[in-house]
Amino acid sequence: MGLALPVSPTYQASKEEYLSTKLSYLMDILREKTVNWSRKNSLWPMPFATACCGIELMATGASRYDIARFGAEVMRFSPRQCDLLICAGRVAIKTMPVLQRIYMQMSEPKWVISMGACASSGGVFDTYAVVQGVDQFLPVDVYVPGCPPRPETLLEGVMAIQRIVEKEGVRSSTERGRGMGLVIQPTIQVQVENPTAN
Amino acid sequence: MLIAKFPDIDFAPHPLMTRAEKSHEQLCARVPPERLLEVMRFLRTDDRCNFEQLCDLTCIDYLNFPKARDRYGVIYSLLSITKGHRLWVKCFANDPSPQVPSVVSIWKGANWLEREVWDMFGVRFTGHPDLRRILTWEAFEAHPLRKDYPLRGRGEREDFERITRESA
Repeated sequence: MGLALPVSPTYQASKEEYLSTKLSYLMDILREKTVNWSRKNSLWPMPFATACCGIELMATGASRYDIARFGAEVMRFSPRQCDLLICAGRVAIKTMPVLQRIYMQMSEPKWVISMGACASSGGVFDTYAVVQGVDQFLPVDVYVPGCPPRPETLLEGVMAIQRIVEKEGVRSSTERGRGMGLVIQPTIQVQVENPTAN
Repeated sequence: MLIAKFPDIDFAPHPLMTRAEKSHEQLCARVPPERLLEVMRFLRTDDRCNFEQLCDLTCIDYLNFPKARDRYGVIYSLLSITKGHRLWVKCFANDPSPQVPSVVSIWKGANWLEREVWDMFGVRFTGHPDLRRILTWEAFEAHPLRKDYPLRGRGEREDFERITRESA
């Protein structure tokens, strides 16, 4: 997205040329902003739910929490149609190739949420058969803590993905890194007026 | 009855639970592996036994067990629906290459149970039609329910292909 200005000192750009270059530059910015804005507001999640996190994922999709408010309600069960992999629940090593294949079948651009303690770190299942964090074998963008996370937490994770999409856009794979070190920054400070009530 | 039929086998019959009141109803018998098929077929077909159902087939690793003489004990839980009685049969095997004859020819349901015991304990069932691993994957080499297998495995979960942004 570079602006190719004429560099020769003797070359004097005409007013029309200058304007058209400037215009195409603006159009580039506008196009990227528009594309990213549409992408972040129409994330299509691929639910990979293996455990109780999947129940919370369903609750997030249902009417009370309503993931549709963030444009991510279109759960597709074909990875070809999805751009957000939500890995909810513990992953046994036997299912890891399946998860990897699903990730590879998703079309670019794609993002990954590791939902819950088990997907992020193995949780309490520290045995020979359970993967200790899917980020050992997959590039994860956002980790959602909790066991299982409440729907609000997952929504916060989706919003973190939205911030990444808006900020980083469609950077190439090499630029993007492994997504480690991204934690959810809570944007909303909850004010508890009367903690004893309810 | 069993003792009368096979006088040459030391069944060592004993009640399953010593302290339960009705313990005399459930007996436990010990059978050597080489005579297992013969005894099991008798238990299945004889009119006085009629053990139609194999309730469970599992295994115990007696490593570091006090007073244990053998390493692996394969446990058969038999139930006769028509007669309403139960019997537990134990068959012991030892390292290296523990082997027990397969009872799939007598009870078809033993197929997957024996595969599970093979997968988890490494007890081979001779004569099994399809003795593959059932829970873990094909490349897995260990038998994880053995007592000397570490809980966190021997690197199976770490030793796996990794996908990065670049390779996907």
